[in-house]
Amino acid sequence: MNSSLVILGLFLVLSLVLGIVAKKGKDMNLEQWSVGGRGFGTLFVFLLMAGEIYTTFTFLGGSGWAYSKGGPALYILVYGALAYAISYFLLPAIWNYANQHKLVSQSDFFVSKFKSPYLGVFVSLVGIVAMIPYLVLQLKGLGIIVSEASYGKISSSTAVWIGVLTITVYVMISGIHGSAWTAALKDLMILGIVVFLGIYLPLHYYGGFQPMFASIQEVKPQFLTLPSEGMSISWFISTVLLTAFGFYMWPHTFASAFTAKSAKVFRKNAVFMPLYSLVLLFVMFVGFAAVLKVPGLQGAAGDLSLFKLTLQTFDPWVIGLIGAAGLLTALVPGSMILMAASTLFAKNVFKVIVPSATEKRVAILAKWLVPVIALIAVYFTLQGGEAIVMLLLMGYSLVTQLFPPLLFSLGKTPLVNKYGAFAGVASGVAIVAYVYITGTTIAQWVPMLPQVIKDLNIGIIALFVNLLLMFTVSIITRTASQSTLKEMNRTT
Amino acid sequence: MKGIHWLALLPFVGLFGGLGFANKVEPYVAGMPFIMFWVVMWVVLTSVVMACVYKLDPANKEGADE
Repeated sequence: MNSSLVILGLFLVLSLVLGIVAKKGKDMNLEQWSVGGRGFGTLFVFLLMAGEIYTTFTFLGGSGWAYSKGGPALYILVYGALAYAISYFLLPAIWNYANQHKLVSQSDFFVSKFKSPYLGVFVSLVGIVAMIPYLVLQLKGLGIIVSEASYGKISSSTAVWIGVLTITVYVMISGIHGSAWTAALKDLMILGIVVFLGIYLPLHYYGGFQPMFASIQEVKPQFLTLPSEGMSISWFISTVLLTAFGFYMWPHTFASAFTAKSAKVFRKNAVFMPLYSLVLLFVMFVGFAAVLKVPGLQGAAGDLSLFKLTLQTFDPWVIGLIGAAGLLTALVPGSMILMAASTLFAKNVFKVIVPSATEKRVAILAKWLVPVIALIAVYFTLQGGEAIVMLLLMGYSLVTQLFPPLLFSLGKTPLVNKYGAFAGVASGVAIVAYVYITGTTIAQWVPMLPQVIKDLNIGIIALFVNLLLMFTVSIITRTASQSTLKEMNRTT
Repeated sequence: MKGIHWLALLPFVGLFGGLGFANKVEPYVAGMPFIMFWVVMWVVLTSVVMACVYKLDPANKEGADE
């Protein structure tokens, strides 16, 4: 047992204790937690939303991609900022409607706008499916953190099991109650550690930032820029747009739009949030610092770069602290996603299909879905060899398909109807699923296309098809229902 | 969309539009390769642009917290 494992263990116990303590005295349900009584001001909504960008993805995925992909990883810096610019308009519109109709979940929003409970079920299912890769990436991160901080004594797959057990116990014991405290602890720790590492490592190993980039440029020319094929400029733009549109489409982030006490809070936040996302720059510096110092990590192993580099730089107790911060970045979002997914299924899928189910039965079901969903995620974690960022992009490609029907339902009268929304989302999701399962690319489908189109992120292509079908089906069903009306008038 | 809201498109147009020109390592700015500097600059400018939109948007004039 080394000191890093001891520190890691202490933080694990601390987060469990915080969760259990938070439960005593208060009896909050998910609704109260997720919308917080619509009483939060600018600062709190800021913290809530700012905290959401600090997950394992930021910590290991961000540095991992800077390490293995170089230039294309810069997309991670931008999409948040642009999502916040969009949020200036999007969130107040969602908030106003949700506030008027007292909505508490994303699925409620679609049900109310399109007057279709089954669209709500469908939207929930898309959300749940998209959350699986998001959960898988947190588990993957946990596995890396625990096995690296143990100096290889614990294997990565054992670590995944330890991680999933922790998250499951954490969620089942404390529900979401513990999150607020552990989330605050997590944000503070990760902020300090990331900024420290991002400045210290380039200075320590290269004597500065420019010398670091210059030596990378010397050894690997083209690495720091976007390539002309593959992850090119058109890949970059389409990926940034995809993730910026999808940013607030995750069921758990969508619901955070309900927490504010006024629409103005979001507009104010849209000014400051982009600056906050610059913290990610320091994560990238860590990844770039690792390029020449711990070479040879192939593919998904790039996610290990942050740990590999810090392991050869610092004493075990520092590794323990870094590991503990990493542990929290996986634990907090991981438990939130797990909780959100199981509640979503119980409330917005099961309850709609079986309307006779009592509240109690739904709550029990939600609780027992936690280990089930956790096991599904473990299965995929131990199966696949995808890098953390690829997993996130997969989830984003799925969840962004909800953006078109949302956008075109924001006006006083929705521009599209439920049939259109259903057809659009279904087609988009089907394309994404097909591509990710079979591993095909656009280039294989239609090789004669210009490179600019071949390089587009598949999620954006799916989004186009989605949009096209949504309008076509809306127009057809609208005229069809009008003509059946006429038909009926004629016969009567 | 009121007139001033169109200003919010600037970060998208500026960032994406300049990528072809900015996709290079040299000159280094503030120790960063030019492409990285370009991206960081637009993140900061997004903040600036949104501050202008916020200031000029009549929707934010009414009351302290609506």
